[in-house]
Amino acid sequence: MGAFDHDEGYRLRVRKNAAFTWLVLLPSLLVLAILAVIVLTVFLKGVKALNPRFFLETQKPFGDPGGGIANGIVGSVMVLGIAALVSVPLSILAALHLVEKSSSFLSTLLRLVVDSLQGIPSIVIGVVIYAWMVVSLGSFSAFSGGIALALIMIPTVTTSIQEVLLLVPASYMEAAISLGVPRWRASLGILLPAAKSGILNGVGLGIARISGETAPLLFTAFGNPFMNLNAAKPTGAIPLIIYEYIKSPYADWHEKAWGAALILVAFVFALNMAVGARKTDKSR
Amino acid sequence: MIMNDKIYSGILKGTAILFVVLFSGFIGTLATNSWESLEIFGLGFLSGREWNPVTVQFGAWPFILGTLLTSFLALAISLPFSLATGILLGEYVKSPGLARFASVFVNLLASIPSVVFGLWGLAVVVPLVQRLQMVLGVPPYGVGIFSSSIVLAIMIMPFMASMTREVLKNVPESVRHGALALGMTKQEVVLGISLPYVRSGIAAGVLLALGRALGETMAVTMLIGNATRVPSSIFSLGNTLASVIASQFNEAESDVHRSAMMLLALVLLSLTFIINAAGRKIISSGAGRNHGRI
Repeated sequence: MGAFDHDEGYRLRVRKNAAFTWLVLLPSLLVLAILAVIVLTVFLKGVKALNPRFFLETQKPFGDPGGGIANGIVGSVMVLGIAALVSVPLSILAALHLVEKSSSFLSTLLRLVVDSLQGIPSIVIGVVIYAWMVVSLGSFSAFSGGIALALIMIPTVTTSIQEVLLLVPASYMEAAISLGVPRWRASLGILLPAAKSGILNGVGLGIARISGETAPLLFTAFGNPFMNLNAAKPTGAIPLIIYEYIKSPYADWHEKAWGAALILVAFVFALNMAVGARKTDKSR
Repeated sequence: MIMNDKIYSGILKGTAILFVVLFSGFIGTLATNSWESLEIFGLGFLSGREWNPVTVQFGAWPFILGTLLTSFLALAISLPFSLATGILLGEYVKSPGLARFASVFVNLLASIPSVVFGLWGLAVVVPLVQRLQMVLGVPPYGVGIFSSSIVLAIMIMPFMASMTREVLKNVPESVRHGALALGMTKQEVVLGISLPYVRSGIAAGVLLALGRALGETMAVTMLIGNATRVPSSIFSLGNTLASVIASQFNEAESDVHRSAMMLLALVLLSLTFIINAAGRKIISSGAGRNHGRI
């Protein structure tokens, strides 16, 4: 010990080490603080807007008291529902193809497509769906918004379903096929049920991923101040309401934008936590 | 029974072909819809400095520059913080409970929608930047490239931090223990052993984060000030490729205007493809190369 105490080089190294620890710790704490501030700001500013009418009423002209985001909540449910209905079956089939025919040329191509889809900025997806659906149908619609979100959701869901399918022990399928079960029944009756909870997690993550998407909805669902239940008509959505209200000059609408943001963040967090909790249940 | 297997196989194949066709159609749609403006402006579109729907003169340079400026500035701001957080979680925090809490927290933050970050930026970052601009003596717009970059930096932090933490897991414990046993300090182990070991993984993480930043739309649209001139400094108002599409597409004044924005989308898509492909290439080739070599 004594010998080290007088070693200048050693002391320098110890001091450098201590300094480095702070260099790592302080920025991390700052990151943590900033992120906590974001969540807190959304909560404190958003909670002021919340009351029963906020959930039950649609947009009111500025100046009229009350008014809420019911049109956006219903619109979001509709658009997310369409996105899930379109993307989940396609993702399951694509994942089955990737797992069962993993070495085929078509699988290589499919993998490339799924990877590339993942990297497409969501605004570009909005532009293309506009050209595909809004132009040909002649109107913005919940349907086109749902398709745009489905394209964003597909790579997330396909990748996570593929991962859980690979976790199912090969012996399950081998046993089934050796017993004479046809391939399709083994896949649909044994492989998929064995991976059921993982598939549900994947779908949950996919929905969490798209529920805050705004950019692709600008040119597809478009937004609608009125309650709309027709999937062929322009439709509001919570993220669109946040964007529209904060751009307005009215303080009352700004407050409602924060309220909508709080609801959106709470929904996304709850979905993520539910998926996380299911995952830990599984591993125990 | 055999018939059923054939049908099943056919359905799977059909899905795969549908994906490929849809994707080709996707690219094809962008190409055909942007053709009109490509014919008028040619490759000069990329370097054109003017974007004016009234005179029907469209050039992408202000937005290409705006995109690169915001993304790289965001990356530069974010890098020290995300590296520090990743190193803290990967090298210093050894308690599994704390590590789990941290990873849940980081995941939640990564899931906050872009439009909410934009909202927060307007309320919190813009006033702070305004104050800074007054001190510096530049026009105190508040919004602009600098504010966008700060918020963008915060947005990519969770991703880069968890990427760094993940790759640090690849460093074998035996290598770390060996270095510590030889008398290296923790700092020397991190800087001399762990980080060099995973440098290609970190490089890939940076590229993938860049790919996200390039296409990030809502927060930037809300914070950048939506000006269509070439930005002259980091405090200028500006626009990125994504934000100009978001703010002008629905109000397109002519077919050429809309077609020019399709071309912007194509440029943005090509940029992100190149960056993402580079990132993935590093991941697939770098992982093997680093083994056993520090």
